[in-house]
Amino acid sequence: MQEKPHREAERQREATETSLKQLGNLIYEQIQNREFPWVMMQSRSTDNIIYDPELRQYILGPRTIRRHARNIRHIRPFTQLVWTSWFAKELVKLRKTSTLREVYYSARGQRDIEFSGQPESDNIITDLEVALNRPREDFGIFPEERSAIFGDLTVEYTVPGYEGRRMNLTDHPDGVMIGPAITSSEFVETSVDKVLVIEKGAMFTRLIEERAHERFNALLIHTAGQSPRSTRNIIHRLNKNHDLPVYVFTDGDPWGIHIAMVIISGSANAAHLRGLATPEARWIGVWGTDIIDYKLPTENLTENDLKRLKELKTDPRYKEDIWQREIDVFLKISKKAELEAFSRYGLTYIVDEYLPAKLEDV
Amino acid sequence: MRVEDNGTGLPPEHIPLCFGQVFYGSKYTLKQARGTFGLGGTITILYGQITTHKPVTIASSTGGEIHEYELMIDIARNRPLILKHNVIENKKSWRGTAVELQLEGDFSRIKSRLLDYLKQTAMVNPYADITFVDPGGRLYKFERGTEKMPPLPQPVKPHPHGIDVENFRRLVSITEAKTMKAFMMEHFQGVGQKTAEKFLKKAKVGLKTKPNSLVPEDIVRLVRTAREFNDFQRPDPSCLSPIGEELMETGVRKELDLQEGDFLKVVTRKPATYLGFPFIVEAAVATGPSIRKQFKGGGNIIRFANRIPLLFDESSGVVWKVVNRNINWSTYKVSSDTPIVIVVHVCSTKIPYKTVGKEYMADQPEVEREITNAIRTAARSLRVYISRGIRIARERRRLGIFEKYLPKIAEFSTKLADREEPPEIEPLINAVSARLPEVEEKIKEVPTIAGETT
Repeated sequence: MQEKPHREAERQREATETSLKQLGNLIYEQIQNREFPWVMMQSRSTDNIIYDPELRQYILGPRTIRRHARNIRHIRPFTQLVWTSWFAKELVKLRKTSTLREVYYSARGQRDIEFSGQPESDNIITDLEVALNRPREDFGIFPEERSAIFGDLTVEYTVPGYEGRRMNLTDHPDGVMIGPAITSSEFVETSVDKVLVIEKGAMFTRLIEERAHERFNALLIHTAGQSPRSTRNIIHRLNKNHDLPVYVFTDGDPWGIHIAMVIISGSANAAHLRGLATPEARWIGVWGTDIIDYKLPTENLTENDLKRLKELKTDPRYKEDIWQREIDVFLKISKKAELEAFSRYGLTYIVDEYLPAKLEDV
Repeated sequence: MRVEDNGTGLPPEHIPLCFGQVFYGSKYTLKQARGTFGLGGTITILYGQITTHKPVTIASSTGGEIHEYELMIDIARNRPLILKHNVIENKKSWRGTAVELQLEGDFSRIKSRLLDYLKQTAMVNPYADITFVDPGGRLYKFERGTEKMPPLPQPVKPHPHGIDVENFRRLVSITEAKTMKAFMMEHFQGVGQKTAEKFLKKAKVGLKTKPNSLVPEDIVRLVRTAREFNDFQRPDPSCLSPIGEELMETGVRKELDLQEGDFLKVVTRKPATYLGFPFIVEAAVATGPSIRKQFKGGGNIIRFANRIPLLFDESSGVVWKVVNRNINWSTYKVSSDTPIVIVVHVCSTKIPYKTVGKEYMADQPEVEREITNAIRTAARSLRVYISRGIRIARERRRLGIFEKYLPKIAEFSTKLADREEPPEIEPLINAVSARLPEVEEKIKEVPTIAGETT
């Protein structure tokens, strides 16, 4: 692990600032040359999102588009892109972070370019990611924090005012919120030998209470539903840079399955980014077969659940046997079970019996 | 009230009867005229007399001496009572007629209708100078916009389809024809020897029957048979006096205060007939910035019958029905908030009034069809105008978008590049605005559509 992690972070920051400035210069010079400014970027339309079996994630295909100020339909998003770039550059320069929601609100009062809603500003930020080939976290733009991490990992902060300061992630018994500070920190030291990712907050809290981190020698990560990109990035780093196996534990229904899959293979929305997927991660439950084997209390699958399961079955990310097998089981029994279903056998059953058995299996 | 014109003047011997007898005048020939029974003027005098018991003064000259009468109406006997008759030397060679009378009325209540009436009268009589001084002494002028006049209507004999029993009886009583065949040929248009013979045979009246020997049953049968008889020639339209596209355009443009850039299209239809009466429909459609200033959105209807403005019961009339039911305005790109003015003039020897008060015209199918066609023809030009307007508005909006965003792009790219001076955006704006003058030029051509032959 690096000696002076905040220097590395500083270098990253400067590189981001430079690329933003280059974008500014490009546009500026196009106008000076009496040319309507334009920016070339990879197309993000669905027909240009391709599943790469080798990388085991979605990537953008070869098609490119030009955002062109000469085009009456492009000029507003183009202007928003320039404004957002400037806003991002200010963030980077001032070493501040912001959220997607804040970006949306910051444009308020910018007459004529303010966003009509957050989806519009989110979209422009994604454009900027594609155009500069950098994740928005580099620009200091983060999602709302809701995901958390707990366990024996010492991090060293790089955020202003905390540079060089260290913290162990067992220091706070509620877990530590995965925000810009954790995301941009360096991982200095750890004794764990695996990462356990849990979909739900209640189960995360139960695992901490039952000292699961000690019993399984694991880092616990709570995704709070579909994991934010910063959380996926942390999982990716722990797996790739620190060789920690990752086990994902979700509700036993199509939505839980897909939470696991996005951690493993990424999402179509982030096809332009690398470093978010963790193809080595394993989904350990709740499986359809678990529902049968453990006689879990269940609910019936709804119409919507069944429809979603059928979609997943044809999704290229679900080609491997285990997914196909479990999807078939769910379809067959037409039942689903939540993580909490194990409470039927007592509050500690999941830690005492189920998890050890599952981890043993894999 | 004093009304004066500079018209032909009246022969002095006719003056007492013209103004002092209800239903004076007997017409055995037909032509387009403002009135039908000679009722309007006399009724006004009568109304003045019964509300104020004051005499009316009439002065008129056909070029020579001025004859001035002061008279009242003997209501019981329907005769004029001449109180004074002065013959005055005409030093200034005045020609025309002046009538002065007193009557009771509520001017403030009727003021706006009255001004509408005058304005609309000026619209379809663009060769007339109209001056009005109201009771408060305020002067209104509606000046002429041209010295041209439409051709005068020619008197024609009635068409057999359009005759009623009463008129037939009157013709029988004055005729000098000795036989019914001669009678039919002499007093009706479009009846030759053969037609007369064929018709009388069908009506079961002998060719040589003496007209004065007809009994009332014969007359009723003749009139009924005439309606169903299809071998008469079409009614002769020379008795009509349409305003004509050129004069109507002058009048409408003048009274609606149309400017360059406004739209006006006038259509005069060919003569048509209903129930033996010839008629001609003329229509004008106007829109544009000047109309928007004066009128609310939607169709604003102005109606005329034989050049008389129809001011009442608009929504009962045939024009309202055509505008609001028969015509789908969206076909012509007219949206509900586009203010347009629709002027319709129907001239005929018999206007198909629905009521005796002559407030509005009925939806006589032939008349309704002609009105619909006239407005549709005008509306087709309107569609071209509106499309061009939409195009120029779109061009302007396009330019507006570039003018809005390019400065922002310049501003933030300057900040993003850490530079001081923003780049020049004028060349880019000039490039996108290059097309606008071309489109604007096209829109100027549009008003010349008015008057184009269709």
